Amino acid sequence: MTKKNHELIHRLSQAARTGGISRRSFMQQAAVAGITASTATGLWTGTAAAQPKTGGTFRVGIHDNNSSDTHNPGTYLSIQQIFLAHTHRSYLTLINTDQTLGGDVAEEWTGSEDASAWTFKLRENVVFHDGRKMTADDVIASMNFHRGDATTSAAKALLADVEDITKDGDYAVTFHLTGPNADLPWLMTDYHLCILPANDDGSIEWESGIGSGPYKITDGEFGIGFSLVRHDDWHLEGAYFDAVEMLAINDPNARQTALVTGDVDAVSAIDLKTMALMARNPQLVVENVPSASAITMPMFCDTAPFDNVDVRMALKLAMNREEIVEKIAFGAAIPGNDFHHSPAQPYYPEGLDQLSYDPDKAKALLAKAGAEGLTVNLSAAESIFSGAVDMCVLYAEQAKAAGITINVVREPNDGYYSDVWLKKPFCAVAWGARPTPDVMYSLAYKSDAAWNESHWQNARFNELLLEGKSELNDDRRSEIYREMATLARDDGGTIIPFFRNFVYGRRSNVQTTGELAASWEMDGCRAASRWWFEA
Amino acid sequence: MGDITKLIARRLGFGLLTLLVISIIIFFMVELLPGDIAEAVLGQGATPETVAALREQMGLNDPALVRYFSWLGGAVVGDFGNSIVTGARVTEVIGERFINTLFLAAYAAVIAVPFAVVLGIIVALLRNTLFDRVANVLTLTSISSPEFFLGYILILYLSVKTSMFPAIASLSSDMSFPELLHRTFLPALTLVLVVTAHMMRMTRAAIINLLASPYIEMARLKGTPPWRVIVRHALPNAWAPIINVIALNLAYLITGVVLVEVVFVYPGIGQALVDAVSKRDFPVVQACCLIFAATFILLNLAADVGAILTNPRLRHPK
Repeated sequence: MTKKNHELIHRLSQAARTGGISRRSFMQQAAVAGITASTATGLWTGTAAAQPKTGGTFRVGIHDNNSSDTHNPGTYLSIQQIFLAHTHRSYLTLINTDQTLGGDVAEEWTGSEDASAWTFKLRENVVFHDGRKMTADDVIASMNFHRGDATTSAAKALLADVEDITKDGDYAVTFHLTGPNADLPWLMTDYHLCILPANDDGSIEWESGIGSGPYKITDGEFGIGFSLVRHDDWHLEGAYFDAVEMLAINDPNARQTALVTGDVDAVSAIDLKTMALMARNPQLVVENVPSASAITMPMFCDTAPFDNVDVRMALKLAMNREEIVEKIAFGAAIPGNDFHHSPAQPYYPEGLDQLSYDPDKAKALLAKAGAEGLTVNLSAAESIFSGAVDMCVLYAEQAKAAGITINVVREPNDGYYSDVWLKKPFCAVAWGARPTPDVMYSLAYKSDAAWNESHWQNARFNELLLEGKSELNDDRRSEIYREMATLARDDGGTIIPFFRNFVYGRRSNVQTTGELAASWEMDGCRAASRWWFEA
Repeated sequence: MGDITKLIARRLGFGLLTLLVISIIIFFMVELLPGDIAEAVLGQGATPETVAALREQMGLNDPALVRYFSWLGGAVVGDFGNSIVTGARVTEVIGERFINTLFLAAYAAVIAVPFAVVLGIIVALLRNTLFDRVANVLTLTSISSPEFFLGYILILYLSVKTSMFPAIASLSSDMSFPELLHRTFLPALTLVLVVTAHMMRMTRAAIINLLASPYIEMARLKGTPPWRVIVRHALPNAWAPIINVIALNLAYLITGVVLVEVVFVYPGIGQALVDAVSKRDFPVVQACCLIFAATFILLNLAADVGAILTNPRLRHPK
């Protein structure tokens, strides 16, 4: 090894130790330095990535809190609830820091040949905070809470194709589905589907706030904060902090100040406007993680003028996504390509042609469709995300070059999703991240989905969607999702300006493994059990 | 004194009537908001079936009037019902937060009221001097700035740059009293800055107004020192308007602090009210608003009684 390489490796190790470099870039740069992959892996786990240290109280400022939140998993909605849920409760499966699927209370799982039945083998050492052992009955009761006619759970749609759940001894459960679903183990990471202690009558005990997660609640109130201490009998590796203090800080400035002054050790969201300034502070680390959370603009494909594919394509080409990412998302986003599949999700089709801003071509397409000088209304509200209305106004300006007039209609923030979404033919929408493309497509692009927000009907797309559900071969699934992406991009009725990044921050004495799960903010909302203090 | 008791009784009676009218207005305002509580709770994840099931569970299918009167029936016997969203007792939801709000208001008032009145007397004494001008400019500047801006300025200088006070005023149950005062100092100071100018200016104006009266001139002519003229002769007659302004500002300290709560992450009642409105949680909204309304009614009553007690002419009407 040359001297130069020595220096490079030293620098890399340094960066890895301080969390300034991800495992992936470490491996890539190590390869440049002429190190074999196995050596580099050894370097990463050995010298570079510091060994986790135990101890300390992790104080974390959380955004998006409501006083009216509860422990009811069926109405989980705010980040406060989701972060807390991943801190004091457990799930069947989880998303690892390298974005692969891992087991939480499930040790392993197997699908039947056509993926219409899934058996999860449960760990036998899972213990609830009050000392009860977790068994198959708890898992079944927890799932049934979201099923059936009387359920009020927002996750009902997610489990709609589960016909029955049976147990096989105390430590195995089998999900019987009405049709194939190769993604069921991924679905089990959904934040609603936490495992709770069952009552004798088959209901679950959610009111007490007991779970089997890495920390147990000692005190707290929604909208204010929670104090938690380590659950010593937790079944997984991690939970390095002795205690966790979750603090509800809705105001972005207050969060930022608290982080700068050291009143908290990490915050779950940083204002994009000040992101760059925060990153310059050597005591802080700002994470900018691409996610599967998309901003969409669905157009009703059965309503004029959007019923013409050329009009739809013209509207797609009339958008300058790079400019929107730069000016609205301050660079913390990935431009969309009008298929709802993010690079942060599995089976992402690399290398598809990116739709780019082309007002001339848009104009030509409109001429072909006989719709020159097109005028459309685009509904939006500021509550969708901060900057939503500005994004639409910017888009309207860009579209002028293609001779398209877009009237931005500012709708009331309240009740946007009940009165505008799915009702107005062209509007802006924000979607939370879903674990796999199948979940997303089934939810909002399948021809008969309740939330088919663009009313898009494409026979081939739906055929492929069904095929993908029963396909257990990963290579074949990748091909399927590639073709579906192409169909959505070229024929679909949804414009996707961008996928948002999760931008959050921590004090530099807080260490991560170097990789961050992209399912939610704060390392998939599992920061409390995955991070630690470097003294 | 019998007149005052009668006055208080009559005013309390009118107060109750006012509260009833307010409760009706609030109820129908909440009803008018677009969207409903079931949709607000389920968010984007709502499907028609789950919304219907949740509505049923929450008892939202009864007509509005039925729901209002069943709430009113409880409220007149002191039962404000349960939060529709969380199912917890309303008193439980807002009880501790209201105490926090009262604490912060009291903390600010204990500093602001003596400070403003004394400052008002001093600037009246030294009127049209440089001190008067500077005091006026500073207090008027602080009342003209929005609270959150004042809060940020204080955080910048007293917290970020000098680390003298914590930037966030989160409370925990095991805090000692001095620690509590230290932690909540910045929000209290923000409120002091916001309310001082009004009370100070009114004290100054009320006193200066009286200084042209013949009896003040008499006091001067007999050789009384200026501070004594103001404190002994002018101030007793100036109390009525000053007390009124103090009462208004005390009410503001309780009802108008939501911005300060947000900036300093203080667990008070304002944030609970905002959350309840966004979720259409009518019993909580109602309870918060009635507390605010009652605060205004009681403080106004106290101001009137105070004005009467400090003025013998009002105490013994001809």
